[in-house]
Amino acid sequence: MKKFINDVNLVEEQMIEGMVKAYPQYVKRLPGQTVVVRANKKEGKVALISGGGSGHEPAHGGFVGEGMLDAAVAGAVFTSPSPEPIYEALKEIATDKGVLMIVKNYTGDVMNFEMAGEMADADGIKVAQVVVNDDVAVDGSLYTVGRRGVAGTIFVHKIAGAKAETGASLEEVQATAQKVIDNVRTMGVAITPCTVPAAGTPGFEIADDEMEVGIGIHGEPGTHKAKLEPVDSIVDHLLDKILADLDFTGSEVAVMVNSSGGTPAMELFIANNRVADVLAEKGVKVYKTFVGEYMTSLEMQGFSVTLLKLDDELKELLDAKADTIALKVF
Amino acid sequence: MVNQDKVLEIMVKIGEKIEEDKLFLTELDNVIGDGDHGINMARGFGDFISKVPDLQGKDIGAILKAAGMSLTMKVGGASGPLYGTAYLQAGKTAGDKTEIGIEDFIQILEAAIEGVKMRGKAVTGEKTMLDAMVPALDAIKEEYDASKDAKKALEAGLAAAKEGVEYTKTIIATKGRASYLGERSIGHQDPGATSFTEMLQVICENV
Repeated sequence: MKKFINDVNLVEEQMIEGMVKAYPQYVKRLPGQTVVVRANKKEGKVALISGGGSGHEPAHGGFVGEGMLDAAVAGAVFTSPSPEPIYEALKEIATDKGVLMIVKNYTGDVMNFEMAGEMADADGIKVAQVVVNDDVAVDGSLYTVGRRGVAGTIFVHKIAGAKAETGASLEEVQATAQKVIDNVRTMGVAITPCTVPAAGTPGFEIADDEMEVGIGIHGEPGTHKAKLEPVDSIVDHLLDKILADLDFTGSEVAVMVNSSGGTPAMELFIANNRVADVLAEKGVKVYKTFVGEYMTSLEMQGFSVTLLKLDDELKELLDAKADTIALKVF
Repeated sequence: MVNQDKVLEIMVKIGEKIEEDKLFLTELDNVIGDGDHGINMARGFGDFISKVPDLQGKDIGAILKAAGMSLTMKVGGASGPLYGTAYLQAGKTAGDKTEIGIEDFIQILEAAIEGVKMRGKAVTGEKTMLDAMVPALDAIKEEYDASKDAKKALEAGLAAAKEGVEYTKTIIATKGRASYLGERSIGHQDPGATSFTEMLQVICENV
């Protein structure tokens, strides 16, 4: 394992410290916890919290700020945080209007956020939760706990965050977040594995000429391994799966081409070139495109494509102001 | 009968065993999960072991609850809330006892299992720790009813837990991150069932 770290046990700690030192205008650390909160707490709106294992930077701390999250809780790399930091964060950011927890659909995340939510509820804090499950690679069949939450989560942060800034109620913000979840679909692919620092060895093996199709954001296996193809063919496959899952015909969409951490912008743009062409061909109108690192998987070379079907409300909220470390809309 | 000092000693040994096997457990988890089971559990037990000086002379309920709090608050992942809830429920059942026998242990294990089922919304046959826990409990009860021999009962439980781990190799995961693999999860043992079996092994070897 080769990484720019000091000590595998200090990775999360030093990452958070570095983030806060770089962007004190956006975030501050909750003392003693692996939690970042908005530098200036905003009252009178529903507070939003998200989080999960570390290793997905800039998610989730990079999306804390005006128009998006109020707190991000970081667990150990690829490990759900325990209820302790989530509960402390809930107490810190809670307003009279309540808190919405945006949780990615993983067994650990769901259980830990639920336990923390129960503790906060016992303190009289109004807590609601949505669970993001945008990954079309794994079926929500009887064999699974449902689909995984991946890069589409960023659209939930953006749009629910904008809704909260309007002063909407907890129920309204939750309903809007759920609308995003119901209309967002993602699928990813990878050509190299990633190494959890504390584990020291790659999470999976893959031959030089192979790709893992439908990869998860923790390097979990996807649907199958296949011989590497030109990226246009890979994009076609990802879009086939996404478009088969939800009817986007004639709709306007937001597109996200997201790097898994090790894929350079050049390759992301090459992928997006095909995404845009295929969508044009299929009669899907691209309203706005996001290309870059949003939900990474350490140093994994891979990318995902996300489509969000928009209506007037979602378009307006997508265009509303956001000012965070990793996403700015003015 | 086992007194509170012995329970504390066993809990520390369980922690040491998990620490010793953390890479093995993580390796199992790498194959079908997210590769953190051993590392996370070791962190939780490390926190528990740091609290041992305060637990000297405390009742068995307090010891098990302390383990439950460490696991709930420090492990994260899925195993944190599951094992955390299991030990908290075990502690609640043990209460202020300062000595327990096999009949108490059966009740404690039953409570732990109920905790896991409740928290994980899980049943047996889903390739989880329950596939080792439930057969172990059944075997302990059966052997104890037949022979009234606590040691033999625990050994029967351990054998059943080991069989349970083998059984997890043959089934498709339907809970946790391994479930995303579908049929590709067949052939691999469940890390949670494995760590539970290690705990039971330590108990077996030390009473």
